[in-house]
Amino acid sequence: MLYREAGQFKSTYAQDQQIFPILQDRVAIAILLAVAFLLVPAFGNQYWLGAILTPFLIFSLAALGLNILTGYAGQLSLGTAAFMAVGAFMTYNFVLRIPGIPILAAFVLAGLCAAAVGIVFGLPSVRIKGFYLAVATLAAQFFVLWVLQRVGWFSNYSTSGVITAQEIAILGYRFDTPAKKYLLTLAVVAAMALLAKNLMRSETGRAFMAVRDMDVAASVVGIPMMKTKLLAFAISSFYAGVAGALHAFTYLGTVEPEAYSLDLSFRILFMVIIGGVGSILGSFLGAGFIILFPIFLNLASGWVSGLFGVEISFAVVSNLEVIIFGGLIIFFLIAEPHGLARLWQIAKEKLRLWPFPH
Amino acid sequence: MKRIPLVVTLGLVAAAGYSAGAWAQAKEQFVPVNSYWVGPYAAGGSGIAGAMIDYFKLLNARDGGINGVKVTWEKCETEYRNDRGVECYERSKKKGPTGATLIHPLSTGITYSLIDKGTADKIPIVSIGYGRTDAADGRVFPYVFPMITTYWSQNTAKIKFIGAREGGMDKLKGKKIVNLYHDSAYGKETIPVLDAQAKIYGFQVTHIAVPHPGNEQQAQWLQVRQIKPDWVILRGWGVMNPTALKAAAKVGFPRTKIMGVWWSGAEEDVIPAGDAAKGYIAAGFNAPGSNFPVLKEIQKYVYAKGQGELEDKSRIGTIYYNRGVLWGILTTEAVRTAQGRFGKGQPMTGEQVRWGLENLNIDEKRLKELGAVGFMQPLKLSCADHEGGGQVKFQQWDGRQWKVISDWVPSDQKLVRPMIEASAAQYAKEKGITPRDCSKEK
Amino acid sequence: MEFVFFVEVLAGGLLAGVMYALVALGFVLIYKASGVFNFAQGAMVFFAALTFVSLTEAGWNFWLALVVTLAAMVLLGIATERVVLRPLVNQAPITLFMATIGLTFVLEGLSQMIWGSQPHGLELGVPDVPMEWLSQRWNVNISQFDLFAALVAGVLVAVLALFFQKTRIGRALRAVADDHQAALAVGIPLQHIWAIVWAVAGFVALVAGLMWGVRNGVQYALTFVALKALPVLILGGFESILGAIVGGLIIGATEKLAEVYLGPFVGGGIESWFAYVVALVFLLFRPEGLFGEKIIDRV
Repeated sequence: MLYREAGQFKSTYAQDQQIFPILQDRVAIAILLAVAFLLVPAFGNQYWLGAILTPFLIFSLAALGLNILTGYAGQLSLGTAAFMAVGAFMTYNFVLRIPGIPILAAFVLAGLCAAAVGIVFGLPSVRIKGFYLAVATLAAQFFVLWVLQRVGWFSNYSTSGVITAQEIAILGYRFDTPAKKYLLTLAVVAAMALLAKNLMRSETGRAFMAVRDMDVAASVVGIPMMKTKLLAFAISSFYAGVAGALHAFTYLGTVEPEAYSLDLSFRILFMVIIGGVGSILGSFLGAGFIILFPIFLNLASGWVSGLFGVEISFAVVSNLEVIIFGGLIIFFLIAEPHGLARLWQIAKEKLRLWPFPH
Repeated sequence: MKRIPLVVTLGLVAAAGYSAGAWAQAKEQFVPVNSYWVGPYAAGGSGIAGAMIDYFKLLNARDGGINGVKVTWEKCETEYRNDRGVECYERSKKKGPTGATLIHPLSTGITYSLIDKGTADKIPIVSIGYGRTDAADGRVFPYVFPMITTYWSQNTAKIKFIGAREGGMDKLKGKKIVNLYHDSAYGKETIPVLDAQAKIYGFQVTHIAVPHPGNEQQAQWLQVRQIKPDWVILRGWGVMNPTALKAAAKVGFPRTKIMGVWWSGAEEDVIPAGDAAKGYIAAGFNAPGSNFPVLKEIQKYVYAKGQGELEDKSRIGTIYYNRGVLWGILTTEAVRTAQGRFGKGQPMTGEQVRWGLENLNIDEKRLKELGAVGFMQPLKLSCADHEGGGQVKFQQWDGRQWKVISDWVPSDQKLVRPMIEASAAQYAKEKGITPRDCSKEK
Repeated sequence: MEFVFFVEVLAGGLLAGVMYALVALGFVLIYKASGVFNFAQGAMVFFAALTFVSLTEAGWNFWLALVVTLAAMVLLGIATERVVLRPLVNQAPITLFMATIGLTFVLEGLSQMIWGSQPHGLELGVPDVPMEWLSQRWNVNISQFDLFAALVAGVLVAVLALFFQKTRIGRALRAVADDHQAALAVGIPLQHIWAIVWAVAGFVALVAGLMWGVRNGVQYALTFVALKALPVLILGGFESILGAIVGGLIIGATEKLAEVYLGPFVGGGIESWFAYVVALVFLLFRPEGLFGEKIIDRV
């Protein structure tokens, strides 16, 4: 009843080509953005802003980056965390070495550095596919971290190789509270998500998808395979790099190279697969599941044991949470092998007919 | 019909939240216990956290808390991950009548992530035996406390111990030492100190990196075999430790010439290596064994009543357990010191506890009262010095248990302190911090 | 002296490679039969070794503990097929991969919940010390245990090869590996086959767990051994048992030689990525791995 597009006629090309062609979607997105930009910072406390929403947004951005590569262009990668590390360390260096550089410019430059690294490590994708490529990208993961640890320049010759994010300032305005940092993160993530949404509808995005679905066929119809694949690596790494910069600057503050370990790369890949391969929305849902769900389980187990007053060993509870988390991954995949984003699509289909299905 | 359970749950949750609000009025000192009970490092995390809680239970049962203020706590699982650690910190920092007393992040990575947050929230970040070494300069890091002994101090104590073993510091000339380190921020940290000491004493040092996780060390130990060093300093973590000992046995390097950092010196690090670990020496800032009065009291007041945290009572007296008790002692003593100034029998805020930490002075007399003589070193902190102790005991694994083989070996603060100050000054410059003037602190 | 040392590094590398191959075998078995990249292999290694050690520490006889652990692994294989794989037949490889990740969480949690988080030592009666006559006569250090591990790996590969080539089940396995649907069409019971493969992979995991357990102790970190197998897999091919062995040897030897002879010039610790770079360079010339099946793209 509410979600019905009947009667929404498009009379111009511009209308036909908008990002969200359905009025209800536009309204929903507008409300969502308004809530995220206005209500949340006004009412959210530090816990929600600093420990839940900021990391959620940052990891969503990283997942989005990987989703462009894996979901749209079909290239598996396990090097996302390394590209994030490049972003984080280069931002630190740009701010350190170019006094007065606006932070957003540093983010973009660092993202470009990550993109360059991504192109280098994307080269094997011209020859290798699937899991072979995934394992090959591990070379990037380990090599980049090794370089960051070995070459003192990257951490300004700190003895342990740790960097500390400088103060974030744009034109003298300081982002120093969790709420301001959250807003900065949100703005960057929202802008980049919008950009990605648009990009994937463009010629580039369509070329990516053609390569994903069958690269030989794509090259037969004239899509330059090497250029397309490397471009996918570059864009994806750019996103990961910016996510890494945010991770260091608006979230953690001080980071060591090991914060961007293989474990993180894997977790970002999990987000993409659980959320939905080839879906912008899926990147957010996946990040929510992987980052927030264990926390929710942890809180829930506290409530449950509080309710029943049973004293269960904390180690058992912690392990149970891990088991339940793993079990739910399997359950979701069996219920919907194409990820959470597909569940949302199905829900939308149902909503159209609600409350009077056939 | 399906919705009812959800509504009921929500109602109950709200009720639970309400009762928590009422409970907050009591005279209680809240200490978050953020640790890890799952994953690769669970053995250490569960042991330390369990022991710390046991000590709190002892205080509550025996003395009725700290001057009548009961210690309360809440456990939070960090999985040794930075994001979970930050979440646990944010979750726990406002609990209790005065918020979190202080935080033990229990992981170097999480410590890094909390430095800014703790400073902004005025909650001390206490990292005992790990964390950021240069934070010992309290003028730049007012809310970070890498207490007792930093890695750098420890390393100078190690060289002193080696010198004593070799028959004098002058005998170190021309000796060869290999520094086998975990290839991470943690592992790399002592390289500059060792290099500086090599210059002073004229020994040769070779740094060999072991990539994480360190479960295969064939190449590294073949290098050691070729160098034929007099000593190997093992700066390991997790599975790297037993694997190193096994690999040493494999190339025939004597274990009595291997000296580990304290994160390489728990039972959990040597038992997996079996016989290969016999004779191995490790540094420690807490003594092993269950023969200390404070541990006997825990047995009497906590475990005898069946209220102990650990299911396996035999872990009492192990390295990790005793380390946790030590952390408990330092935590509560800091609160006690703060109460001495801000009001006896009152719960303290994080800011007040920071004062307590900076004015903490545990001397031999106090150690005796605590039942911890020989268990830990006397220590005294100040506004500038957030380390306080700087001494190390050495222990040797005899195949069944750790035996203490030295008294407290002091570290070389003349060498370490300027390095700490230089590093902290660089940090202050990058962050735009003006160091506090300690003469103006009350 | 220099040459002797070179031999020692080479031998050590080759023998380390055998240990890598032991882990890689488990991946290969499952990939061959079901096209699944089994992320849970490391967790299976951990689970098997921990179960075995906990049973022997509880006073069980060595062989009894071994048999019971094996039974547990078989049960695990059957359960995995029934609960995880059967509902996901014919899904995309990436979905199946993700499902094995879920399985990893379950297994890791389960192991520590049942057996606790304390690490254990493990001895199999073969000491991990250099053989005296070799080191005295030639000054070459080669561990007895390394040779034992090589022997075990050799026997394991021979048995698996026989099983795959000569038995009825083995033939069915190869048919399934070639094409699920075609195999189903000619009446091969896919479910049984998968359960068998997972059980065999469980057995391989147990063997790998015991061998690595002696080196590292039996603790959670055993799950990390899976990482060591990955470059071996891309070099040797995901589908070849022989490839796992040969790939393991190549990776082991080059990695150790590089660390010892190149490492000191660039600051050391290059082992972490060198194996991947070797595998990568190799793949640029042969994208299907050493013994993998040739990939032919058709439009």
